[in-house]
Parts: sequence; C-alpha cells; structure tokens
Amino acid sequence: MKTVKVYGPGCKRCDMTEALVKDAAAKIGVAVEIEKITDPKSIAMAGVISTPGISIDGKLVHTGGLPKEDALEKWLQG
Amino acid sequence: MNTETIYADHDQQHRIRLVKWGTSLVLVFVAWGVAYSQLVPFSEWITSLLPVARDSHTGEAIAFFVYDVPKVLLLLTLIVFATGVLRSWFSPEKTRAILAGNREILGYPLAALLGVLTPFCSCSSVPLFIGFVSAGIPLGVTFAFLIAGPMVGPVGLGLLFGLVGWKVALIYLIFGFTIAAVAGWVMGRMRLERYLQDWVRELNAGPIGEAPDEKFDIVDRLQVGVDQVREIVGKVWIWVVFGIAIGALIHGYVPEAMMLQIMGGDAWWSVPAAVVVGIPMYTNAAGVIPIVEALLGKGAALGTTLAFMMSVIALSLPEMIILKQVLTYRLIAIFIAVVASGILATGILFNAIL
Repeated sequence: MKTVKVYGPGCKRCDMTEALVKDAAAKIGVAVEIEKITDPKSIAMAGVISTPGISIDGKLVHTGGLPKEDALEKWLQG
Repeated sequence: MNTETIYADHDQQHRIRLVKWGTSLVLVFVAWGVAYSQLVPFSEWITSLLPVARDSHTGEAIAFFVYDVPKVLLLLTLIVFATGVLRSWFSPEKTRAILAGNREILGYPLAALLGVLTPFCSCSSVPLFIGFVSAGIPLGVTFAFLIAGPMVGPVGLGLLFGLVGWKVALIYLIFGFTIAAVAGWVMGRMRLERYLQDWVRELNAGPIGEAPDEKFDIVDRLQVGVDQVREIVGKVWIWVVFGIAIGALIHGYVPEAMMLQIMGGDAWWSVPAAVVVGIPMYTNAAGVIPIVEALLGKGAALGTTLAFMMSVIALSLPEMIILKQVLTYRLIAIFIAVVASGILATGILFNAIL
C-alpha cells in the first residue's frame, strides 16, 4: 500500500490529478491510499508552491500542472 | 528481445514522435499565416453581407469587430503557445531557490524578471506566497514577483505589439517592469512583515523542499505549449470577444471630440480617474487591449490609456480576495496604494512628455 498525497487548494486541475493517480494505480495494479491536502499552509510546508503537487510515501515527486501518465506509473512502481 | 533492441526501439519511437510533431507544427504555422493574411478581405466580406452602410457608425463598429476577433484570437494562440514553451524551462520552485539566494538590492529587478518568466496560476498564489516568505525571501521581493507576473504578462505584451505597435509595447514593458521592481523595493523599505496574518508571521523558515527533477524533452515542451493554448485560450476567448465588442462600440460611436475632452491628457484628473476606474474592473490583458486599441485610435492620450490598462490588469479584486488569506486589510491597502501611485506617476509622466 502506497500513500499518495495530492496537494492543491481544490482547483479543477487538483481533482483531475487525483483521478489520474487513481487511474494509473488501477492500471498497473498498485494499491494506493490517496489523501488530498487542501490547506494552503500544509501545502506550502510540504515544499509545494505550485499546485497541484504529488508526494508518494513522503517523497515529493511532482509539482505544478498535471502529471504525465507514464511518469505517474513509473513513480507508483518505484 | 534484449536490452539493445529495446533501446533501439525507444530511440526510433522518439524519432517518430519528433517527426510527427515537427510536421504538424509546420502545417499549423502555414495555416496560421494564411489565415492571418486574409483578415482584411474576410472582415470586409462579412461586413458587406450585412444590410448596413459600410461608412455608417454601425458599419464601422461591425467591421472593427469582425476584423479584430479573429486577429486577436490568432495572435493570442501564437503568443500563448510560444510563452508556454519558453516557460517550461522555469518553475516557481527554481525561482524561489534563485531569489532566496539573492538578498541584495538586485533581488527586486530579478524578482520582477522572474515574475514574467515563471508559470504560475493565481490559484496557487497563497501557497506560493507562504513558500516564498517562509524561505526567507523578503516581503518586498515577493511583492515585486507578484506584481510583475500579471502586469507584464507575455499575453498583454504580445497583443499590444500586434494591435497597437512595438513602441507602445516596449514602453509598457519598461514601465511595467520598473513599477514592479520599485513598488517591491518601497514595500520592502516599509517593513510590512508585521501586517501579515498572524499565522503566516509565525512560520519560520520552513524547509526548502528540493524541486522534483522531471525530465522534459523538446516534444514535452511543445506539448506544454499546446496544453497552455487549450487552457488559456479556452478560458479567455469570451473576455476577448467582450473586450473587442466594447472596443468596436468606442470605435464606431464615440465622437473624437468627446474622447479628447475626457482622455485627451489636458484635464489634470484624467490619469487619476483612469486608475481609480481600473481597480475594480476585472478582466485580463487579452480583454482590455482591444479597448486600449480603440481608445488610442480615437485620440486618447497615451499616458492616460496606459494608466487605465495597468490599473485594470495589475490591481484586481479577485486576487486581493485570494491574498486576504495571508495579508491583513491594512497590507492590502498599502499594496494597492503603492502600485496605484506607480501607475499614476507613469501616466502623468507620459502625458507630460508626449
């Protein structure tokens, strides 16, 4: 089980990012628990200043804009 | 399949992708050029189909509208694409690292420059603000960054260049940039840290997380450009149409004598009035520049018109509301006052020297 955190104040792209993570995880068969972090203070303190951002098991892998699908799969496998 | 063939395969796929993108890009550019060259015949043809006299007020307004809408949208698409590709080399995280290492006076112009080049959406203003301030970047430098971003956006500059001319675009660039750097410096000198919201002040130097390193090749960067076109042009086209409609009404109906009286630059109150009217108005650069084009065409003074445009673009109510989460009302008021003064000075200066 991997813990994925999606950082974003709740804009449309943040929701899309969450959906992309879900799809990618289902596609490669990795169990994930997704947590959405919407509080600006927690977002900034995690080192994310351009949203949406993604961390997997505590490691920040992406910030700013939608993630690429193949990159997402690689991060989830890694 | 051994590793070598996998690599060879990957290489070939990459090359195919590159060729595909290259070809479509050339085709799109050619189509763009053809469309752009046909703007005048197209607008005259549309206007001639309608039952109005070409030289009547209505005819003038319609011709302006059907000429400007496709023209602005074409220019906008090209500019947004080029900007998207250029900005893919920058990120707020990288910018923060650069600014955090630059404590000298150089920080202000640098912040203004990076404000122009760094991609960020207003929805991340708050995390960005906190991230900058908690990394020890002075408040004034952070403001210089936040002012320059919207004020000297490439969209605004590009449209100004395409619709009004390169001289006005260059003047706007220089003064927009100067206002951002100077306003940031002034606010830095005012020691405004005490007017941040309490919880923001209590955050001391948080960890500067390392920016994740993602590999981008040239095709990925072109893809960023296309995504930007889809997102930005998809969002602002309605503002553009609205702005051009107002521009068309001004172009067709407003008598030049009246314009000269209100915005001609002789009345002492015309610049302050333009700034005050511009603050609550909210549209983006793409919507206001067709209005600017029409105002200048009717003989409005350059200083007054520039002041109006800067005020509309740089001081917007929605952004203030977002920033209210981290700034007190007092700080927001100071922010508006300092930036408005800079715009005012620019407007008055231009009316005086031209």
